[in-house]
Amino acid sequence: MSSFWSIWITVITLGTILGCYLLLRWCLLNKTGIEEGDNMHHSFDGIVEINNPLPRWWTIMFYMVIVWGLIYLALYPGLGNWEGLWKWKSSNQNVQSLAESREATKRGFEEGYLVEYDRQMKFAEERFDPIFAEYAKVPVTELVNDAEAIKVGQRLFLQNCSQCHGSDARGQRGFPNLTDNDWLYGGSPEKIKETLLNGRSGMMPGWLDAFGEQGIEEIVAYALSLSGRQVDEQLKNAGEARFAACAACHGADGKGNQMLGAPNLTDNIWLYGASHKDVTETLKYGRNGVMPSFKDRLSEDKIHVVATYVYSLSQDK
Amino acid sequence: MKNVHDIVEKNVGLLTIFMLIAISLGGMVQITPLMFQQQVMEPVEGLKPYTALELEGRDIYIREGCVGCHSQMIRPFRAETERYGHYSVAGESVWEHPFLWGSKRTGPDLARVGGRYSDEWHRVHLINPRDVVPESNMPGFPWLMENTLDGELTAKKMEVFRGFGVPYTDEDIAGAQAAVKGKTEMEALIAYLQSLGTALK
Repeated sequence: MSSFWSIWITVITLGTILGCYLLLRWCLLNKTGIEEGDNMHHSFDGIVEINNPLPRWWTIMFYMVIVWGLIYLALYPGLGNWEGLWKWKSSNQNVQSLAESREATKRGFEEGYLVEYDRQMKFAEERFDPIFAEYAKVPVTELVNDAEAIKVGQRLFLQNCSQCHGSDARGQRGFPNLTDNDWLYGGSPEKIKETLLNGRSGMMPGWLDAFGEQGIEEIVAYALSLSGRQVDEQLKNAGEARFAACAACHGADGKGNQMLGAPNLTDNIWLYGASHKDVTETLKYGRNGVMPSFKDRLSEDKIHVVATYVYSLSQDK
Repeated sequence: MKNVHDIVEKNVGLLTIFMLIAISLGGMVQITPLMFQQQVMEPVEGLKPYTALELEGRDIYIREGCVGCHSQMIRPFRAETERYGHYSVAGESVWEHPFLWGSKRTGPDLARVGGRYSDEWHRVHLINPRDVVPESNMPGFPWLMENTLDGELTAKKMEVFRGFGVPYTDEDIAGAQAAVKGKTEMEALIAYLQSLGTALK
């Protein structure tokens, strides 16, 4: 801040405090020419005004607030470029990028002076990071037996994942159920971690232009028959002939492909609805399933614990 | 001694003037100097002006009163940054007119909601929030799916923003209507939400 603005702020702030003090002193003078406690000779409807001074408790509090304000302005940064006797700062305000933010924090550590935010973060890191680091050393398949770790994982899940997958992790239309041991991209600990770290992007194209209404009707019949539903034989057979286009992702047997995130069509689990209407819509217009990446939001050690929780959900089935 | 206080007590015009002087002191200290600080005028490195569609989405955000329940300002506390991401910095808001920082958090802060959920999640959630978050008390906005944009005023809006110093090019403005015409309000709002907070990299 330039010294002009620094002086501007300082003068107005201190001037206002001084002004308040003088105003208070002035208001304490008896300028009425009437003795304290005497009638002021205003009356209305039988109500009279008496010349009473400002209440003493109130006046004392006013003085105390002024003193408190001055102490505050001495200790904390309030007056322009004055940093305050305690050199307290809330955060690194001038950063222009995440890299600069990290840089500023690092500089704080080097210089042995941390802003309040970094102090909070340091406190939490010292307290919690070792716990997560301990967990990260244990493979998911073992950590899954640690009730405490599962509880921690559940907390993280509720904060970060439940908005889509639900607080019971059973998912909802368009967002996979994580408890049914049916996996789009694989349910091994490594695959779950990969999904969490990098996110996933599933793309089912729309086929209306390629096959027309009739073609879609036929493929829907065949797709429904894969999970044992009763369908029109003729439509089903016609759909089977067209299924080659679907087989590229879903496999010739319709059992899906976890490399591509193509769902298994034979297990009667439907991400976008099982009704004839829903499946028709899926085929006609396609679907986009996006799992965001959590690499920048959660540390790798935390992701390890979340992955353990997610892994645990389908283990007893 | 004469009681001069009588004069202000009995003259409303004079009292108003004194009151205005008294309350403007705070503004003179807290607001005026900021207008001349480099750090609040310089955009962060990755900041891009809103696209035409995002800009329309922002207007829908204002129209539907989202700002009444959602702030867009992450404070530098661990409790906030663990949930929402890096705290907000001044350089992210330099092209915001007006600011939508808000101060009410009935719902979560949205300053960095961009990329946090999929477009599909936003669509389902905006139509009926309970479909994805059963505990939610946010109202549904199903009409956003039905209303389409004609984009007649989009170019005009961008010109106004250019007047405020947002670096829109002539091509941006010329292509504004074509970029939004026929899009639903839902698409515009989602485009806006997905852009929030993504500039700080």
